[in-house]
Amino acid sequence: MIEARELTRRYGPTIAVDALSFDVRPGSVTGFLGPNGSGKSTTMRLILGLDRPDAGQARIGGRRYRELRWPLREVGALLEARAFHPGRSARGHLAALAAGNAIPRTRVDEVIDMVGLTGAAGRRAGKFSLGMGQRLGVAAALLGDPAVLLLDEPVNGLDPEGVRWIRDLLKSLAAQGRTVFVSSHLISEMALTAERLVVIGRGRLLADTTVAEMSAGSASLEDAFFRLTDTEVEYRGATS
Amino acid sequence: MSGTTDRYGLAQAARMEWIKLRSLRSTWWTLAVTAAGTVGIAVAVGRNSRDASADLVNNALAGVVPGLLLAGALGVLTMTGEYSSGTIRATLAVIPRRPLALMAKAVVFGVVTLIVGEAAAFTAFFAEAATLRHGIAAPTLGQPGVLRAVVLTGAAFCLIGLLGLGLGAIVRHSAAAVGVLVAGVYVIAQVIGFLAHGAAAYMPILILENSLSTTRPVDCGPSCPEFLSAWAGLGVLALYAAIALTAGGWLLAKRDA
Repeated sequence: MIEARELTRRYGPTIAVDALSFDVRPGSVTGFLGPNGSGKSTTMRLILGLDRPDAGQARIGGRRYRELRWPLREVGALLEARAFHPGRSARGHLAALAAGNAIPRTRVDEVIDMVGLTGAAGRRAGKFSLGMGQRLGVAAALLGDPAVLLLDEPVNGLDPEGVRWIRDLLKSLAAQGRTVFVSSHLISEMALTAERLVVIGRGRLLADTTVAEMSAGSASLEDAFFRLTDTEVEYRGATS
Repeated sequence: MSGTTDRYGLAQAARMEWIKLRSLRSTWWTLAVTAAGTVGIAVAVGRNSRDASADLVNNALAGVVPGLLLAGALGVLTMTGEYSSGTIRATLAVIPRRPLALMAKAVVFGVVTLIVGEAAAFTAFFAEAATLRHGIAAPTLGQPGVLRAVVLTGAAFCLIGLLGLGLGAIVRHSAAAVGVLVAGVYVIAQVIGFLAHGAAAYMPILILENSLSTTRPVDCGPSCPEFLSAWAGLGVLALYAAIALTAGGWLLAKRDA
């Protein structure tokens, strides 16, 4: 369970996240939708304690992230494609993270197998393609077998097979009773993966609903999304 | 081990940092070049020594001056590499108590550079002694001040390395932090050494050359500043490293990652 309460963060004069409150419950995939620059990544960083909120707070299982006893065993996160050193092997990277939270070494090879990097685990991760880097990030998130997962744009850079793999993985993790919170700007992908949705625009909550509810009355989830975010888009190309 | 503790602590954080440090090939290359350079200069000095009355120990340890730069730069990169690669986010996800994360890095990096520094200093000392010619008698570790000079010089690798680590945490960008290190330790230190004599004794490189690696007080004439004693010099270097690490730890905890 993730709880955001009145979460607020400014960067200079811009309000990135504006009194945002929502719950993410276990047992289903919750999609986190919003246009570019709407504050999705900032919200995730605030939940993980990487950025400090100006007001409000986020709790995971009732605790703030920095109060967790073994963070990786409680929360797994994939924030950006490349959160690893290019000179280190995938195995070295994961072994270091595992040691930091006393996770057994055998788990490292388990998650490497799980994400399909077995053949590449000893190679320097700097040589990885975007998709392989994304798989390494997913492996790091799964390392501690956590009950809560946060993934920021996990399908970025993945090929169609990888996209389907992530979709099935997220659904099966949720079916095991875990809390799965996944951001995306790909509405069609979220329509296939998520059951619940948190939609934000300009840092404010626009909807906390289910995919079925939001699509009802619109031709597609995409149409419903555009109607909802129409006035909230920060960056838009000229239409001719 | 995890059965007896109910929360991650320094032991787990240090284990993580040790795996991170040793799993980068650049760590071992830099340390090897540092040690080889230090020893190589000692051999060159040994073969070309003609003055038996010189401080032969101080000469043997001359190669430490460039070697320190590499130790300091490695310290910088150990921290800034986390920022340039994005690893810092993964690190802080594992160890959200940020000062603890930096402390673990300092412990691991400090121990490694102390071992490598001592090995380099002793090897340099024996290499010079073995290559002395021109009928000059080699110094031995039993002579007054010799063991102290070699041991404290080895320790300087560790302290300059930790200074670099702290600067890396403060500045966060590799090139800028290495620049600050080189300017602070080498360039500005030498300029102040020339301009303000009273302050010269507190400059890192001059501490190394005139306080740590000497067997007897340095006397460079009437305009010579009064250099610190060996142990006071070591204390001042340790203080610099401690200030940089404390400031780095404070900023790490305060800033967004």
